[in-house]
Parts: sequence; structure tokens; C-alpha cells
Amino acid sequence: MKFKVNNSEVYASTGGRPFDKKKPLIIFVHGSGLTHMTWVLQTRYFAFHGYNSLAVDLPGHGLSGGESLKSIEEMADWVSAVIDAVGHKEASLVGHSQGCLVTVECTSRYPDKIKTLSLMGGAGAIPMNPQLLSLAENNDPKAVDLMMDWAHGPAGHFGGHPVPGLYHINTGTMLAKSRTIQNTLGVDFRACDNYKNGFEAAKKIKCPTLSILATDDKMCPVKEGKKLASLIDGSQVDIIDNCGHMMLLEEADRVLTVLKKFITSNYPPLSS
Amino acid sequence: MSDKKKELKPNTYKFDTLSLHAGYQPHKNAGSRQVPIYQTTSYLFDDVDHAAALFNLERGGHIYSRISNPTVGVLEERVASLEGGTAALATSSGMSAIFLAVMTLCEAGDHLVVSSQLYGGTVNLFRLTLPKFGIKCTFVKPRDTEGFKKAIQKNTKGIFGELVGNPGNEIMNMPEIAKIAHEAGIPLMVDATYQTPYLCKPFEHGADIVIHSLTKWMAGHGSSMAGILVEGGKFDWMQNDKFPTMTKPYEGYHGLSFAEEFGPTAFTMKARAEGMRDFGPCLSPQNAWNVLQGIETLSVRMKKHCSNAEEMVKYLMSHESVAWVSHPSVPDHPDHELAKKLLPNGRGSMIAFGIKGGKEAGVAFINNVKLASHLANVGDTRTLVIHPASGTHSQMDEATLKFAGLSHDMIRLSVGIEDIDDIKNDFEVGFRAARKPRLVSNQ
Ligand SMILES: Cc1ncc(COP(=O)(O)O)c(C=O)c1O
Repeated sequence: MKFKVNNSEVYASTGGRPFDKKKPLIIFVHGSGLTHMTWVLQTRYFAFHGYNSLAVDLPGHGLSGGESLKSIEEMADWVSAVIDAVGHKEASLVGHSQGCLVTVECTSRYPDKIKTLSLMGGAGAIPMNPQLLSLAENNDPKAVDLMMDWAHGPAGHFGGHPVPGLYHINTGTMLAKSRTIQNTLGVDFRACDNYKNGFEAAKKIKCPTLSILATDDKMCPVKEGKKLASLIDGSQVDIIDNCGHMMLLEEADRVLTVLKKFITSNYPPLSS
Repeated sequence: MSDKKKELKPNTYKFDTLSLHAGYQPHKNAGSRQVPIYQTTSYLFDDVDHAAALFNLERGGHIYSRISNPTVGVLEERVASLEGGTAALATSSGMSAIFLAVMTLCEAGDHLVVSSQLYGGTVNLFRLTLPKFGIKCTFVKPRDTEGFKKAIQKNTKGIFGELVGNPGNEIMNMPEIAKIAHEAGIPLMVDATYQTPYLCKPFEHGADIVIHSLTKWMAGHGSSMAGILVEGGKFDWMQNDKFPTMTKPYEGYHGLSFAEEFGPTAFTMKARAEGMRDFGPCLSPQNAWNVLQGIETLSVRMKKHCSNAEEMVKYLMSHESVAWVSHPSVPDHPDHELAKKLLPNGRGSMIAFGIKGGKEAGVAFINNVKLASHLANVGDTRTLVIHPASGTHSQMDEATLKFAGLSHDMIRLSVGIEDIDDIKNDFEVGFRAARKPRLVSNQ
């Protein structure tokens, strides 16, 4: 669906069910240079099971209007504004990669609004390889190719997509190239590199939190994810073997199973 | 110096590796090194919730082998990876892949612009069968790039062509025609059966949907019928209102909009969810496996196909019994330069040549070669020959033959990967017989 935040049009997938104000809200925040489509194997389930599932496209990304936001802090405020814009008072947040920085910052800023936090391939900080950052800022498609290489684990490199017929690396590549690379990936990578508040923000989080990490994640290694989780009170950690940074697609079923259990027990759906 | 050393390079697998490995993870299949043949119609649901999730496309997975099958899925991912596509959908034959692509794109009242040099079966589909579904086509000669532009109407939903037309070997200027399609906000669909991704990856030249008859070079062994459609993932279905079945809520799946939900894989998702459900041209797991065996050696075979073809071109061009030779590697072929650009790894193994002595000589040649197989197929590892004027096109008169780009003296040759000397020796026998047809034809 489309709506406005700060006068700019926002697109969010509702997971195939119409938005219904009565249902609790889950917001899914994608990673650097990507779009709502990375969440397709999680959002539809929640949409069909008593939730409003909103996989947003950040400003300037996917089908959203406006320009890309330049800092994680701005993105965090923007996520809070999305909750207001769709007429809700609270939400559960789910983030992937850069989306983890955004949702951690948002949860620390708006503790009363955020009811649960789920982090996938997260870390307290995501410092960028300078060469990769410069390629992305210079609109070089090699930045996307490198990201796709590092973002998929050895198993993901072979394929074996949970949706028959889809090929991971090429699908991810086309998503990341669907808009101008320097305006999406370039801006996002710089925002990640600049963000230093992750560990401090984590310490302030009081809501139930889940971290899903993957053993073959080269972008946000397990060690970094655990470090972040250790700063969040009572945080749950789930580690997936033989999987890379794109766990939400590479091991979509496993991620959904863990996420489903966590969210439904901490933030129950509207029973039909 | 050290800077150069540290330059980052993506380490994603390359073509030859992908043709052996893509789409398959042994550790999820009991460690089986070879892809297992999932000879089953259907798949257990964990519980009612799991069943509903699969039907609603909430989760990935298999329900029923008409829609998808794990062995077929490996083939689909493998071809998608080799083409540089986002997704693929395998079908029971090349024809069903073409039909499915058209039916996924078009509705009654729509129009397509189509190259006039196509495989005969495809011509019939576009000329005779699709009009029965209310889909009309305008045919344009493959070299008439401007003609494609002129033929586009308000209701045109796509352009379709074969990169190298058969049997005339006319090449369509894919990059230019892709530009024309995209300016009109419609996709370009290319049947790349004769090239395989080893010779050309149409997505790199602007195509949006690629179709193969896997029956041919991709499988190579000539044992199994199969087809596939592959999606490039770049085409923006939402840029205009021409594709409501891609962009508007679809009643058949709780108001799903394929383009919004699946973006770069929307076309394949729709072709599967709707087309495989309703038309059902599914590929058998056994045939998918057979094709996979062929694809494992694709680049090794294609190299030999192309080098043998170039040898045969040289041999035929200097042969006293040959009137003319058509192959894009021939320097005076009208598309010689374009072929170099679009087919840098080799110009393919389809040759057409004229035999001196016309139809009678053609018949004698075909009847007397022993190694080359006389049959209605192309792209086998074995050398194949056919004389269209006395076989596939025997009902046609002179004028109709000419319009189809054929002539009485034409022999169509699909060069195999046998020892080149054996192919030439076999042709010598054929040519000898052709020079004195009456002497040998009754043997
Ligand atoms: C270029 C081309 N496309 C499509 C087809 C149809 O494929 P199939 O025979 O697998 O249905 C053929 C068959 O000869 C072909 O040559």
C-alpha cells in the first residue's frame, strides 16, 4: 500500500492481505540498497495470521518516493513516523542488516512504541570496507556484485532457493540494481559506516528482543551479532548453521519458524 | 602495486562451475552427490497451517509436481544461473515454454510483434493458434530493425524473436530491438535455443525473457523433450498500465499483485502460479535429470560444436559440389559483424548450404550419408541433416519456399561433435552420390 510520511510517498507491502487497523502491526526494515521484496517469505505468513505486516521500502528505495535518508538516526525517526502514519500507536520491529541498526536505534528512541525487536544478521556497528563504499558511492555495479558474493553463504552460492525456480544471487543483484546504485546502496553504506551509537542504543532496549545469526555471515559475523545481543537485556539468540547473511531468504523457513514463535508469544495476533 | 593486489573481486561461481553445481545443495539431500530424481507427484504437509502457507505463497516449497518438483527446480535454478536470470520455469517442451510465456504476458485483444524467421512450430503457434485466443501477431523480417518499431500498436504487449533465424541464419539486432521494445514500455522475448547461454546471454543485450527448447543443445543427448522460460528481472511491469495481470490484484491468489510482491521474479511466479496450475505443461523429473546431465558438459560440447561447424564451413565452401554456404562465420554473411559482437564464443553449429544439382541432388545426398542422421531435430551431439524441400516443407511450391527462406537445393546441417574427419568422409559419400543421382539412388 501507499501512504505519506513527511510529505513523501511511501510504499509498503502488506503481505498480500489488506491493511486492517484492528490488527497488531509488524514493520519489516530491509538492508542496504535492498527493498521490501527481501521479506516476502516472512511477511505473507504474518499477514495471513492476524497481523498487519508492513515491509516498507525506505525513502528513495524500491517503490517509495523521496530521497534516501542519510543517517541511521533519520531512518529510525522515519520508522517511528511510519507507525504514526498508518494510525497505530505501537509496533513490533524486524530488521535485517542495516535494518538492524535502524530498528535498534528506533527502539531505544521510542521505547513505549516498540513492543518487540527481531534482528537478523545484525551488529552494533557495520563499518564498511572503504573500497566497497567507494564503489557504491561511484555508482559502480561491482559494488552490488561484491555485496551479493559476501552476503550469501557457501550454500547460498550454489542456489537451492526455498521458492522453486528462483536463483538467489541474481535475484538479489536485480533488487539492488533496481534503482541508481549510488543513491541507494551508496547512501546506505555511508550511513552504516557513520553510525556509532549502536552499542549505546542497545543498552537502553527493554522490550523482548530476538537475534537470528548465521555461521557463514561475512557481513555481520556471529561474533558481532552476539556482542550486540549481550548488551540487550534478556535477548534471545538463534544461530543458523551453513547459512550466510541473507538468512531471511537462504533459510527462510527456519527464520520464519523462529520469528513466528518469538513474535506470537510476545506480541499476540488478533485472533480471528 | 600492493593496491592492485588488494583490488576486490566478486568470487561468485563462473559459468563452467555453475553448469555443474548451480541449484543444488547435497547436504540437504542425504549427501547425494548427484541430483536425486524426486519421482513423486505430491509432498507431505507438516500440518494444516503449513499446507495453507504453501497454497498462499507464504512459504516456498512444493505441493504438487504439476506446479513444481525438487529435481525440476534444480534444473530451473541452473539455467537461471547460467543465463544471469533471476528465475526460471521448466516445461515439458520448448513449445510449451513459448506458449506459457505468451499466455503469461497476454490476454485476448493483445498483439505481439514477431520475427518472421522462426522455427516452423513457433510460426504456426503465432500465425494460426494464438489468433484463436484473440492474440494477434505482426511478422517482421529479423533484419528489418525499424520494421519492429513500426509494427508496434497500442495493444502490443511484447516483441518475440529468435536471435539467429532458421534456416536462413539471419540475425536480429537484439540490442537495438530491445531499445525499441523498452521505449514502447514492452518486454523483448528471445528464443535462444540455438545459442545456449554459452554462446550468448540475451539478458546482457537487453532481452527480458529468454526461452529455450532444452531438447536441443542444452541437453545435447537427444533423449528428452524439455523447455524453459527464464526471467531477466530488469523489466518494470509497473511503468505503465499495459500489464494489469502483473500489476493489479489477482483474484486467483487473494488479490496478489505479482509485480509488487515479487518484483524481479514476478513473471516466473505468475507463469507458475497461474500457467502451470491451469495449463499444466510440467516437465517430468526424469527428463529434468536427463537434461541436467547434458548441461554439466555444456561448454565442453559447445566449443566442439562450434569448432566442428567452422571446419565444416571451410570444407563446404571449397567443395566442388556446393553452390553456397550460409553461416554467420562466413565473412560475406550479411550479419558477420553483428554475429561477432553477439556471439563472441562461437557462431553456433547450424549451417545451411546449397547442393549443386538442385532437389534431386539433395535427395541423393540425404539418402546416402551414413554417419549423419536424417531426422527432424537439431542440436544433438550427433551430426544431423535434412533436406527441407523434400521433407518438412515438401508441400510448398517454389514461391512459398522462397518466402520461408528456403530453396530446392538447401540442406540444413546441425553439426555434431564427432571426429571432424569422419563427418567430412561421410559427406564425401553423399556428394559422390549427388553428382550421379541416378546411378546410386536405387541401390
Ligand atoms: C528454435 C526452436 N524453438 C523452439 C522449438 C520447440 O521446442 P520443442 O521441440 O522442445 O517443443 C524448436 C524445436 O525444434 C526450435 O528449434
